[in-house]
Amino acid sequence: MDIPHVVQPRPDTGLYNAKVGIWLFLASEVMLFGALFSAYILLRVGAPEWPYGWLNVPLGTANTLVLITSSITTVMAWASLKMKQFGRFKIFHAITLSLACVFLGIKSYEYHDKFTHYEIDLKDGRVADGHIVENGKDEIVISGRFAKDRHDLYDLHERKLPPHQEITIPRAQIAEMSSYGPGHNTYTAVYFTLTGLHALHVIGGAIVIGYLWSFGSKMWQTDPERFTNRIEVSGLFWHFVDLIWIFLFPVLYLL
Amino acid sequence: MNAPAHDEHFSQHVRRYLYVFYALLFGTLITVGASYIPFGNRSVNIGVALFIACGKAFLVAGYFMHLISERKMIYGIMTFTAFFFLGLMFLTVGSFADFPPLTITH
Repeated sequence: MDIPHVVQPRPDTGLYNAKVGIWLFLASEVMLFGALFSAYILLRVGAPEWPYGWLNVPLGTANTLVLITSSITTVMAWASLKMKQFGRFKIFHAITLSLACVFLGIKSYEYHDKFTHYEIDLKDGRVADGHIVENGKDEIVISGRFAKDRHDLYDLHERKLPPHQEITIPRAQIAEMSSYGPGHNTYTAVYFTLTGLHALHVIGGAIVIGYLWSFGSKMWQTDPERFTNRIEVSGLFWHFVDLIWIFLFPVLYLL
Repeated sequence: MNAPAHDEHFSQHVRRYLYVFYALLFGTLITVGASYIPFGNRSVNIGVALFIACGKAFLVAGYFMHLISERKMIYGIMTFTAFFFLGLMFLTVGSFADFPPLTITH
């Protein structure tokens, strides 16, 4: 028995099944990210000091532009199918897929940068901050700078810190050191949780888009209308991923 | 709708998508630029950035996701979602005015 309204919309709602399904799913996603944004607000307002200028704004801006461009190519891919231009669809979807990879590549670079960036508390009370250049047995070499204390590192836009230089620190002088990973402080925990969950959505969306671009596109020959619906539904998810980033970018990178 | 009229209809859509795309690019640059303007209070910067983000979100949801011309049922789903989302935010913000006695605040 065929499932009704897989392709043709129900007469009363004017919607096919998958479209109702994706909107219900997106509604649950709004609440998921809403809960995380709510946690962010509570943690930020409750924090005595909040880091500013810790993330690379040009890279964040580039990633925003990448996602926005991928959104337009997704919608263009769908419009191409509506105009029966399968070749154009393939090109636009290939661009979307490439842009998803570019986004993840930039994000990976940013994550790597944070995991190799260390705050080192010295026994004399000073704090060294920078990227590990050499991790020796007796000493550590970083490309960074000294700060009076860790509060000096919080607002990198306002406070003038000395420029980066290569600093050699004997291990015997180190009281504590931690990378700027999720466990560093509340801000990095929030940053990695929100962007990590978002990146998982990008990966999921890219897998679906990749499937529909390659093996899944065979359906165009047998059932073009159903295939077009699938592209519309996957596109709705992709636009939602873009929409979430539109809020994540200013909240984490700029404010 | 015959084939040429159908294609013309979607060509108009494509033009609209491109305008939205340019607006989103412009909005992104404005967001970054505005974050460097010293308004005197960080909360003003936050307000400006979120206002621009809301405008961009409206463009993406309204035009790319076609919410501006969707069916009633989708509006119904999104109305419920918006209600609960705003309720969540209201509870979050409302909690700031509801500290138990002797709470240490910053």
